[in-house]
Amino acid sequence: MVQFIEQVINGLQLGFVYALIALGYTMVYGIIRLINFAHGDVFMIGAFVGYFGFAVWGLPWPVAILVSMAVCAVVGMAIERLAYRPLRAKGAPNIATLITAIGVSLFIEYFTSLKFVFGPNYRVVARPFAVQVFHLGPVSISSVQILVITVVLVLVAGLQYIVYRTKVGKAMRAVSHDRDAARLMGIDVDRVISYTFAIGSALAAAAGVLFALAYPQISPFMGIMPGLKAFTAAVLGGIGSIPGALLGAVLMGQAETLTAAYITTDFRDAIAFGILILVLLLRPAGLLGKAGPEKV
Amino acid sequence: MRARSFAIAGAILGLYGLLELLRQTGIISAYWAQIMDLSLIITISAVGLSLIYGFTGQFSLGHAAFYGVGAYTAGFVSKTLGAGAPGFVLALVAGAVAAGLVALLIGLPILRLRSDYLGIATLGFGVIIRVLLDNSHKLSPTLGGAKGMMGVPQLASFVWIFWLAVGAIWLAANLIRSSYGRACISIREDEVAADLMGVNTTALKTLAFVVGGALAGLAGALYAHRYPFLHPSTFDYLKSLDVLLVVVLGGLGSLTGTVVTAIGWVFLLEWLRAVLPSEYMDLRGVVYALVLIVLMIARPQGLLGGSSAKGGKRRATA
Amino acid sequence: MKRIAAGILAFAMFAVAGCGGAQLGTSSGTGGQSVKIGFIAPLTGDAKTYGESAKKGFDLALEQAGNKAGNFTVAVTSGDDRNDPTEGVNLATKMISQDKVSAIVGAVTSSVTIPVSEVANSSKIVMITGTATAAKVTVDDKGARKPYAFRAPFIDPFQGQVAAKFAVENLKVKTAAILYDKGNDYSIGLTEEFQKTFAAKGGTVVASLSYGKDDTDFSAIVTNVAAKKPDMIYLPDYYGKVSLIAAAIKAKGLNVPLVGADGWDSNDLDFAALAGGYFTNHYSADDPSPAVQKFVKEYEAKYKAKPDAFAALAYDATNMLLEAIKQAGSTDSEKIRTALQGLKEFPAVGGKLSFDANGNPIKAAAILQVQANKSYKFITSVQP
Repeated sequence: MVQFIEQVINGLQLGFVYALIALGYTMVYGIIRLINFAHGDVFMIGAFVGYFGFAVWGLPWPVAILVSMAVCAVVGMAIERLAYRPLRAKGAPNIATLITAIGVSLFIEYFTSLKFVFGPNYRVVARPFAVQVFHLGPVSISSVQILVITVVLVLVAGLQYIVYRTKVGKAMRAVSHDRDAARLMGIDVDRVISYTFAIGSALAAAAGVLFALAYPQISPFMGIMPGLKAFTAAVLGGIGSIPGALLGAVLMGQAETLTAAYITTDFRDAIAFGILILVLLLRPAGLLGKAGPEKV
Repeated sequence: MRARSFAIAGAILGLYGLLELLRQTGIISAYWAQIMDLSLIITISAVGLSLIYGFTGQFSLGHAAFYGVGAYTAGFVSKTLGAGAPGFVLALVAGAVAAGLVALLIGLPILRLRSDYLGIATLGFGVIIRVLLDNSHKLSPTLGGAKGMMGVPQLASFVWIFWLAVGAIWLAANLIRSSYGRACISIREDEVAADLMGVNTTALKTLAFVVGGALAGLAGALYAHRYPFLHPSTFDYLKSLDVLLVVVLGGLGSLTGTVVTAIGWVFLLEWLRAVLPSEYMDLRGVVYALVLIVLMIARPQGLLGGSSAKGGKRRATA
Repeated sequence: MKRIAAGILAFAMFAVAGCGGAQLGTSSGTGGQSVKIGFIAPLTGDAKTYGESAKKGFDLALEQAGNKAGNFTVAVTSGDDRNDPTEGVNLATKMISQDKVSAIVGAVTSSVTIPVSEVANSSKIVMITGTATAAKVTVDDKGARKPYAFRAPFIDPFQGQVAAKFAVENLKVKTAAILYDKGNDYSIGLTEEFQKTFAAKGGTVVASLSYGKDDTDFSAIVTNVAAKKPDMIYLPDYYGKVSLIAAAIKAKGLNVPLVGADGWDSNDLDFAALAGGYFTNHYSADDPSPAVQKFVKEYEAKYKAKPDAFAALAYDATNMLLEAIKQAGSTDSEKIRTALQGLKEFPAVGGKLSFDANGNPIKAAAILQVQANKSYKFITSVQP
């Protein structure tokens, strides 16, 4: 039982990191119906910037997270402006944008693995604080796990505030609901999309830094798998829905950790993607998503 | 029409004779012969994806999985039966049929999905196949699992590869020209309208998916008999992107474009190896990605697209 | 009409590409007093760092020999395999059929070296790898020797045996847990052999758990391992994964000796998390033997960095090949093969080397201990 509780905590740590990435996917999808393949790579850039922040520039780690979020917000807006907006202006089909997103993802991976950027090697992240293990009765929980869970909760609360209590958030919801109507109401749609990318990318950056603290190793290709799994989480929860992304991510974290712990690690990735295909087939709207009028 | 067919057949026969002569006399070295064979194998696989995505509009990110299923099945059959022409033929058939069957099983449910979701589902399918190949030694030690599989007799000679490639292209060309092919194109252009016009969209999408998957399986089966070592990493997600890039560059809905690009692509990569100094090799990936992005933004219909298809003006769905 | 024109264009392109390529390759040959050697390594892609180290070792060996093997001037043709088996086959075919090399040094990873050895062996060209440790590099599917394939490192099974022997006899442990990568032949090979030897020596393996190559979260399996309370944990994988696992073990508060293999040898190892751990390796930079000291000194002078095992082994492989060419006094692959197989007690960085019947070196393994100050301490050496 003790072991089970510890495994659940392990799963929460993983799920909460996925949640931050999944939010970016779900917001972008909600607003322009694009699976932003490059999102996992923004997460990777976030991890590197955060690492440089606390390990090289000597910033305190909370400041490093903020710096990384700011940098990635700019990166995310730049990707949208340079790669996706020209296609949107042309009214290009969805798939053209998706292939472009794959191209952007490959570009970031190969470009950052050049020697004069981040370099191709794995880097070991020296944590800026010593790991402490706390004992709550027989259950042990580490300071890293507490840190990850706390930071994610704070950021999600912040996001909730932006989306439901500010003008930008209201505009985002309007655009995601009906882009043309929003434009008619005088909302600058392009700017709202740009803000959405900024917020999503900033969250991914924070996830990257937390990931680097929890699993202390980074490389230019580290974003692929967490990115795909976070996307799966977003689909599971109902893409386009923020609470759905959180729920999906927590479930994914548990599914992955508990299968690894109690069933097998041999088919870990196969199980994650098996879930994805099943959800797409059986309940394409996800657990909390609204079934739209779109033909699926 | 008839004269034209004869002319084409004659040209192909002549080309084969010429190439075989150049190879036998050693004017084309073993190395370039190998590259030529690889380019034809990739062509067969790309023609398969062209049917699925280029003509029927079903976006797939898991094409390498069919290629892998074909390669492993054929390798297994051939290794079990031992070297010899009958075993080889049976292995090729088994590779294509196995990949086609897998395509049928996975295609029936997931082809209901819309474009980008279908892409993600096929991507997930590719990852699952990769994981299964990694664990394949549990099914039979012959398959080798993550240690890779060796010992498949190297029987795929140029005569097999060349004529099977010709056959694959001929099959695809005829399929496209048939009423089924027209219906497939109508699905790509507007699935709802095609449905309303009485086209059995589910059956046709599945047909294209199965034929395309079987062609990839055939290509994999040839690969297994031309390259002495099979490893799951040869069939992962990035390999699916390679084929996708070929089909997109060649232009959606252009079979000629697909064939030319597939051959040109393989030779281009080898040529780059010869001309790029090793310190610039790193840039290959960056250039590859940039080509994809710039091309998509400048010409979403593909480099050579629009010459034999009317796919230029596609309905914007976003 | 347009379609026919395009089709003819395609065929023409194809024919020209084939012939154009053919002309490129007719200028080479093995005339006079020169010998051509091919070098294959992953210079890009996910195994790039290993390839770069191997290339440094290869270059250093050639430089020290003054680009000479006996009376022959060495001409090198090198290529990047991207750690892709297909590319490895293409490259080996190119070097053999077009560049007409007499021998090949490479490749680096087992999954590329196995197909390369198949190509080299069927063309009767000598191939020696510095680093590929899978058994099937030098023997075929049925266990028969590929006569033209050689290697400089000891093979996976041997390292597993040595680690188990060391654990039981020196660390005096009774139970062990193993964490390995199920998608990595190297990791699997070591695990199987460690398990066998450890059990034969009276130990019990209490947990043997696998993970995948893309996994970064090891908290679940480490929690499971901790519940079994093993005396030690065996981590046969490359430094990247091992660093992550060790960090997870530390975060769990589990304090038992960690034991590993040559994959740990890297400047990028997480020394803080692994301090105190032991691993089997091909050589130790502290070894006072003149071969090692000369290598380490000149390597550091040339590259301003400590050599890792990949560099050392590629260096050994190259030197053995040069020596064999010298002894053979010929660029004939068959004569080089005989000379290489006949080398006795060759003074290499990895010890005094001879080849066994399967083209594998007979040599001792060093046991090193990881120190927190980013270095390794030589503990003992274990004879085969």
